Amino acid sequence: MRCAGIDIGSRTIKLAVLENDRLVLSRKVVTSYNPLETARALMDGAVFDRITATGYGRYLIKGHLECPVISEITAFVRGARFFSNDCGSILDIGGQDTKAISLDCEGNLCKFEMNDRCAAGTGRFLEVMATVLGFTLEEFSTAALSAKRAEKINSMCTVFAESEVVSLISQGADRNEVALGVHKAIISRSAGLLKRVAPTGKIFFAGGVALNDCVRILLGNEMGRPVFVPPDPQIVGAIGAALSASEDI
Amino acid sequence: MADYTEMWKSLGIDVKNHDALLAVLGKAYTDIFLSQKNRPEGMKYFDFVMSEVHGLRIKEILDAKAQGRKVIGSYCVFVPEELVLAVDGVAVGLCAGAELNFEAAEALLPRNTCSLIKSMFGFKLGKLCPYVESCDVIVGENTCDGKKKAYEIFRPLVKDLYVMDLPQTKSETGRLVLKKEYRKFIAKLEKESGKKITVQSLKKGIEIVNAKRKAMIRLAAIRAADPAPISGLDALLINQVFFHDDPVRFTDSVNKLCDELEQRVKDHKGVAPKGTTRIIISGCPMAVPNWKLPMLVETSNAVIVGEESCVGERGTRWLTEVKGNTVDEILDAITDRYFNVDCAVFTPNPSRVDYVKEMTKKLHADGVIHYSLQFCQPYIIESGPVEKELEKSHIPTLRLETDYSQEDVGQLKTRIEAFNERLKKK
Repeated sequence: MRCAGIDIGSRTIKLAVLENDRLVLSRKVVTSYNPLETARALMDGAVFDRITATGYGRYLIKGHLECPVISEITAFVRGARFFSNDCGSILDIGGQDTKAISLDCEGNLCKFEMNDRCAAGTGRFLEVMATVLGFTLEEFSTAALSAKRAEKINSMCTVFAESEVVSLISQGADRNEVALGVHKAIISRSAGLLKRVAPTGKIFFAGGVALNDCVRILLGNEMGRPVFVPPDPQIVGAIGAALSASEDI
Repeated sequence: MADYTEMWKSLGIDVKNHDALLAVLGKAYTDIFLSQKNRPEGMKYFDFVMSEVHGLRIKEILDAKAQGRKVIGSYCVFVPEELVLAVDGVAVGLCAGAELNFEAAEALLPRNTCSLIKSMFGFKLGKLCPYVESCDVIVGENTCDGKKKAYEIFRPLVKDLYVMDLPQTKSETGRLVLKKEYRKFIAKLEKESGKKITVQSLKKGIEIVNAKRKAMIRLAAIRAADPAPISGLDALLINQVFFHDDPVRFTDSVNKLCDELEQRVKDHKGVAPKGTTRIIISGCPMAVPNWKLPMLVETSNAVIVGEESCVGERGTRWLTEVKGNTVDEILDAITDRYFNVDCAVFTPNPSRVDYVKEMTKKLHADGVIHYSLQFCQPYIIESGPVEKELEKSHIPTLRLETDYSQEDVGQLKTRIEAFNERLKKK
């Protein structure tokens, strides 16, 4: 039995196929202006017997493909267990939202909280700030790590923070120090969420932002707890959905 | 519906925009309420009331006015309906639940004011609510800071705004304040109506309101059954109609519905299969047509079995004891009744969370969703300790903060679904 999960996120769509609980296929694509078509193209040629959808676009695909849906939160809880069985909390920073989740000792969903309506402090925030500073996402993290000190970024709103960054640069601030400040801003927000919802245990860090070394290091320092990043942090939700598809039998 | 254009015009309603409002409301009602499966027959009465919400009921109120009865509007469950009825007045709740004309409201109020207050201004400024326009007196009350200060700005917009002070602690002085305020309110009502409140008229008023509350208490108790005999949406609607319908007819209709629901329980019939996830909503009031949250919950494989809210049990669960031989003694009983209401403006307010726990047990609920209106300080601040206390008592709790807009429906749905998935695994 091959079970698939599709995670239709705001920035990327992810597809995972499991066979006997082994990951046999994983694909990713940028969401684009037409998520349905993009999702279809992503599934093209993939072989599976059943599929479950998750992510903000889960109902979009459900309208076109007979499949069950689960929330992203449940998908991440299940997906995290695929990679690790000793994490007490999950932090997912995606393109549009941030989730902090706590798990009970059996790995079940306990509490969760998400960021407010806007994309403050999410992957999108990092993307915009990198662009303003003239970095690619890879350079952005390296530059921040090279800085000795950080410029303080006060605003969490992407639009306000952008003007803050612009004014810092025009005052002659060091680009790398501004970059570190931006990373620290994200951490202060996410760490606050985590401390409230999931105050103990090893942190399972997922979502596209987990690819960023600087955020990962800062998170470990800030929380004083071990941080585990799975080999492909973006695919966790899709794997969770695939696991859910296999359990629904 | 008959043509009420002339009646609305006579009240100064902006007929064109009002028509548009009714069209939107009618469609929302069809989509949200009439589309539900296995609804009780007894809901037909409430469907009818809603179809005539700005029509026939307004005509009745205007007819009563023509007979010399005074129409007293209010925005809070601390304003005793018994007293209004004791001068043969008509009591109407005016709270509004729609994001309407907020631009105009925001010209007078800060943007970070809660939707309930903005809606009160929106309806008034847009001349869109025939209830507001029918009132002889509108009663404001010093509950939260938002409302307290907003009434200062509201005053010049209406014919006669009467503001009642309220205590903020459940102390002996607090109780004295409340009683004194109620006595002042009696004087105001007597002056407006030209009628004197007597022991007899007061007892009659209490009897009518108690009967209405008893019917609601009966309805609340029936919802303990699994499968749930009535949806949370329909129960909320009844709680909303509570505030503006004729009290005697309303009571009769709720009791008839309860007869039907009790039969349903005997037959093990319900609106959702036995074992469906059961939720209690606790927090801010939901005024018509604020149906967003219950709609999201009940389209996410769960059923709402109770509301701990002013538009819900907080408004209805206490009766007024009929005791005393003088107006003053009866007023003591009325004060005692209202002094129970555990609104988050009181500090401290421990009985509220205790009652949420009790409801969870009585109604066999799986979890609680704490609902706060954005910028409603008392409930938002109280939600943290409430959540902690409930979780400590092994009652899963989800805190949500939202307003009257539709922009966060997707995010809310994700949280509600995840919460229901958490409950299902238990």
